[in-house]
Amino acid sequence: MPVSIQRVSKTYNRYGTSVDALDDVSLNIPDGQFVSLVGPSGCGKSTLLSLVGGLETLSRGQISRTGQPAIVFQEAALFPWRTVLDNVAFGLQLRGVGKRERRDRAASALRMVHLARFAEAYPYELSGGMRQRAAIARALVLDPTVLLMDEPFGALDAQTRALLQDELLSVWERTRKTVLFVTHSLDEALILSDRVVLFSARPGRIVADVAVEAPRPRDTADPPLAALQRHLRDLLAAEVEKVARAEMDADWEGAAVTAPSPEQNVGADI
Amino acid sequence: MAESISRISTAANREQAQSETEAGVLRRSQRRAWGGRLLFFSSLLALWWGLAASGVWSASLLPSPAAVAASLAEIGASGLLLPAIATSAQRMMIGYVISLAVGTMLGLALAQVRAVDETLGPVVTGLQSLPSISWLPPALLWFGAGEAAVLFVIVMGAVWSIAQAVRSGVRSLPPLTLRAAQMLGAHGPRLWWHVLLPATLPTFLTGMRLGWAFAWRALMAGELLSRSLRPGVGRLLSQGRDTQDMAMMLAVIVVILAFGLAVDRLLFLPLERVVARRWGVEGA
Ligand SMILES: Nc1ncnc2c1ncn2[C@@H]1O[C@H](COP(=O)(O)OP(=O)(O)O)[C@@H](O)[C@H]1O
Ligand SMILES: [Mg+2]
Repeated sequence: MPVSIQRVSKTYNRYGTSVDALDDVSLNIPDGQFVSLVGPSGCGKSTLLSLVGGLETLSRGQISRTGQPAIVFQEAALFPWRTVLDNVAFGLQLRGVGKRERRDRAASALRMVHLARFAEAYPYELSGGMRQRAAIARALVLDPTVLLMDEPFGALDAQTRALLQDELLSVWERTRKTVLFVTHSLDEALILSDRVVLFSARPGRIVADVAVEAPRPRDTADPPLAALQRHLRDLLAAEVEKVARAEMDADWEGAAVTAPSPEQNVGADI
Repeated sequence: MAESISRISTAANREQAQSETEAGVLRRSQRRAWGGRLLFFSSLLALWWGLAASGVWSASLLPSPAAVAASLAEIGASGLLLPAIATSAQRMMIGYVISLAVGTMLGLALAQVRAVDETLGPVVTGLQSLPSISWLPPALLWFGAGEAAVLFVIVMGAVWSIAQAVRSGVRSLPPLTLRAAQMLGAHGPRLWWHVLLPATLPTFLTGMRLGWAFAWRALMAGELLSRSLRPGVGRLLSQGRDTQDMAMMLAVIVVILAFGLAVDRLLFLPLERVVARRWGVEGA
């Protein structure tokens, strides 16, 4: 298993309060599987990716994984002072790969996401979709076994998103990376993945873990997929409603009765 | 979609920098700005000329622009001016390079180590508001009446704003930039060198520019006050005072202004423009 998550919990401690982000999550992901993580916002999806990526330390449980995963974030977070090619080559540079080789490898990663023509451009010259493709190339060039993607297309317009979904699938079909893909869109999850994992409201627990077997390219209007979508949508709606209710409670009585959340703490500092 | 297409074409034609019309508009507006400036400064000069000619003040208090220009030519020809400028410029170079090194390291420490920020942070803010020429008397005792004392005053002028700029630049970095760097494997000194410093360059440049201005003021004050130093531009000013030569004093002030302005316009401003353009769009 390239990724094995065993009974993982995560509690953040900040400003003297603690937030339970994940509660007893277990997930085994076989080699080459494309898995989507879906859940209401704040349920700990990004936290789980950070834990798998080694950017956060876990509170309880165990995670094992093959190699160092690469991450693609919601924003490209490219370095504006480097050309696209040098952005993609940066990870290799840090690993001591020689200039010639890292430029060659970066260029071929850029070809994979159809961005080769813009190798010498600077990030400010690219559109949002192009930047996101550069970010994908920057992750792919490290040739990770596991690719972690945190709502990578969430900030893009609908047409660009559809385009990038297609490209991602073709890259995945060629490289067969193991992919953990966070999204808040059930549609996106169903179109892309082999498996959809649905999380509860915070603290995140797994409420559904379903295989999606329809052949690609997919259309969520197809009856079997549509039925699966309805099923997951109802589950998701119930969790989202819990979040909404919790937020209202905090608004009404939180200040006087319940412990303040960290977000409130910041504002109430003075 | 239209926006992304236009951006694609901008990128594709980037060798051309700007389309002809854009370049034309830019050139025209620049020409207008220069025209305005020319008009403003020539009116100012005319006013000065008129006042000097009116005889309200004696020529020893308000010499005419021509007298100042003549004095400038005279100190230039006498062989005093160029060595003085060279001496001051050299002091600035040395003092500024020290300030950059110390200020950058101090700023990074303030930004990254909480204990340093909590202890030295308020000290830095405090010292920033202290006119650095106050350090001259103690520096003369500590280091003797030589170059070291005046360098100390320069560093005390420039280092704080550089440190503050580095600190606030690093502090205000988008968190995703840091996470991306971390994910790619940048840690420790390589994180500083490859990510933190270049990422903060826009703020850093502002601090550098401010630091330069403070250092230049500090140096002029130091040279004006300390007679034991090898003569720099500030010293010419005190020579003018000794001989009560107002035209010379004004001529030296023009030189001091011109030097400060030249470095700002020819070095810092173009740098800031390039950086703002490239860093400006992608905030994260
Ligand atoms: N670095 C952090 N410090 C404190 N709390 C955090 C931190 N990161 C996330 N959280 C909290 O943990 C919870 C889960 O966050 P996150 O994993 O970002 O959720 P999601 O990605 O599913 O929207 C949220 O309540 C968030 O406020
Ligand atoms: Mg998230």
